[in-house]
Amino acid sequence: MSYLTWLVMIGTALLGGTAGVLGSFAVLRRRALVGDVVAHAALPGLCLAFLVIGARHFVGMLFGAFLAGLAGIALMTIVCRWTRTKEDAALGLVLSTFFGAGIMLSSYIQNMDGGGSRAGLETYIYGQAAGMLREDLVLIIAVSALVLAVLAAFYKEFKLLSFDPGFAQSQGWPTLTLDLTLMGSLTLVTVMGLPIVGVVLMAAMLILPGAAARFWTDRLERMLLLSAFLGAAAGAIGSLISAGVARWWLGFDPLGFAEGQTAPTGPVIVLCGTGVFVFSMLFAPNRGLAARVWRWWRLRAKTGDENLLRTLYEFTEGAAAGARPVGASELTSARAWSRWQANWRLWRAILRGWVRRVDGGVELTPVGRAEAERLVRAHRLWELFLIHGASIAPDHVDRDADTMEHVLAPEILAELELRFGAAAAGEVPRSPH
Amino acid sequence: MTAPAIEIHDMTVAYHRKPVLWDIDLILPEGKLICIVGPNGAGKSTLIKAALGLVPLASGKVEFYGQPYSRQRHLVGYVPQRESVDWDFPVTVLDVVLMGTYGRLGWFRRPGETERRWARQCLEQVAMADYASRQIRQLSGGQQQRVFLARALAQDAKIYFMDEPFVGVDAATEQAVVRLLRSLRADGKTVVVVHHDLQTVRHYFDHVVLINMRLVEAGPVEEVFTAANLQNTFGGRLTILEEAAEAVRTGNRSS
Repeated sequence: MSYLTWLVMIGTALLGGTAGVLGSFAVLRRRALVGDVVAHAALPGLCLAFLVIGARHFVGMLFGAFLAGLAGIALMTIVCRWTRTKEDAALGLVLSTFFGAGIMLSSYIQNMDGGGSRAGLETYIYGQAAGMLREDLVLIIAVSALVLAVLAAFYKEFKLLSFDPGFAQSQGWPTLTLDLTLMGSLTLVTVMGLPIVGVVLMAAMLILPGAAARFWTDRLERMLLLSAFLGAAAGAIGSLISAGVARWWLGFDPLGFAEGQTAPTGPVIVLCGTGVFVFSMLFAPNRGLAARVWRWWRLRAKTGDENLLRTLYEFTEGAAAGARPVGASELTSARAWSRWQANWRLWRAILRGWVRRVDGGVELTPVGRAEAERLVRAHRLWELFLIHGASIAPDHVDRDADTMEHVLAPEILAELELRFGAAAAGEVPRSPH
Repeated sequence: MTAPAIEIHDMTVAYHRKPVLWDIDLILPEGKLICIVGPNGAGKSTLIKAALGLVPLASGKVEFYGQPYSRQRHLVGYVPQRESVDWDFPVTVLDVVLMGTYGRLGWFRRPGETERRWARQCLEQVAMADYASRQIRQLSGGQQQRVFLARALAQDAKIYFMDEPFVGVDAATEQAVVRLLRSLRADGKTVVVVHHDLQTVRHYFDHVVLINMRLVEAGPVEEVFTAANLQNTFGGRLTILEEAAEAVRTGNRSS
């Protein structure tokens, strides 16, 4: 790997990590789009700084962008507070106004004598990581170190501010100053990212890592560490793909670019971040989509199994054990199941040894009968409770009891038994309807 | 007569130049359970927030034991409305309770083992010790309320402000809150509660403040919680009047 590739990779990784941590706070405080406002609002600042300095001075232009970004946030806050404009409207308003002014200023600069090429403004709009210099990397390191040090020092205060600003203020914390510190840090990192990923895509660098990390953990500390890691990984991998290193390793370009052509770094980094986010959204344990679908499906299957047992039990209740086989058509008419559902549930119950096939249908095995007794007891105790405890009409009870019995905890059952006196032999009470 | 814990002089509060509270003059005694009662939009929560400096005063002043709030913060605990925070925030129950100790810790210092032990004790007082490491999203409404109460206990204050602690909680939590209020009173603390259930005022509180944008009446429950005062507070709203009449009637019967 070339020196430049190393430089760009370290720079983008640092930017991704720092933006990820700060963006996590923004995401948690539901201010995810503030970074977007700052990025767009920074453009006129870049232009004005160029006009004032008269040359392409990296640090000077970023300072201009920083001031303009802060002005954008300030204007948004003022519009919200003093004119009853809602936050989203104020946000869109400030973002587009500043960006419009920026575009106007930049075309003015383009038309100056030889100004266009000297200002290099288009690299700020679309980002150009490949143009990174050693000085740029030093600046990124310095800003990241500063911002992360501030976050570490005021971690407790920022945590409180993000969770409950009213309580923080009642304890005497200067919430406005803390808020401005957090927003100022966000602005600093956003501006620093402009030459790398550009005005339009910077918001994604702030939002994606935090939003992805949130899926994996319920602890703020871990979420911040993880978002730093995910942001840094997206930055590093994106820059490597863009620099063609991935082709060198894999033997082909993962984005399908031809030999000698490269994808722009900013978009590739953002797409890497998106990949991480989508993966987290789908596959994170607990909060992920797959885990939730799986839990829902498991509960449905369990409910179906238990309803089958209860139905078979009730068909033969009172008669001697296993007196009469039950046909599949009886099942479908009793439970409003389709033929397919009934067969699927029977197949599962047979696999578990709860039900066996006999001539003319199916019947409960001794194991299945014991399990069914347990379920029917729970169901009827719950029905009794609904009738006596919650005074619900007896003919409305069955449906409610149907959904609850599958999730009743043993302690609740014990209490119900105590109340309705079925504890003696663990016997099944008669159906109340 | 005990020393006044809270003195409010000539307090006026305005949102967007529209006054919400007018000329409130109020002296609240130490060591009592005090409830603030009034119709929706009467400024009950605003009164608390203004006393704590969370909303600016248009005029007037608030003193705690004769000193402004900025000097007496360490004496005051606060339980905000439950809906005021995002309960999906990635923190544990213990984290939230520890936030009560932040004020005393001051800048830069992190809560340590002493604070953790203290926070667990506070959780025990609201019967939530078993939930210390739960993520707050997994709590029921009543449990959330108890966590907020534990956080206020962790502040180790002398005066507590509670904004609607009885709203949307189960019967067990309501009883736990009442027990907690009584044990706070037994320790000589002053508790100011925004309350909306007229039926329980006589049963739970010693002192009542009736407001409807202006102060209607304040004083011991037996003297102030009368049908005439409630009518003045709630105006001509029939349903609330009926409730008020019922509350007064049940109060008369039990006393």
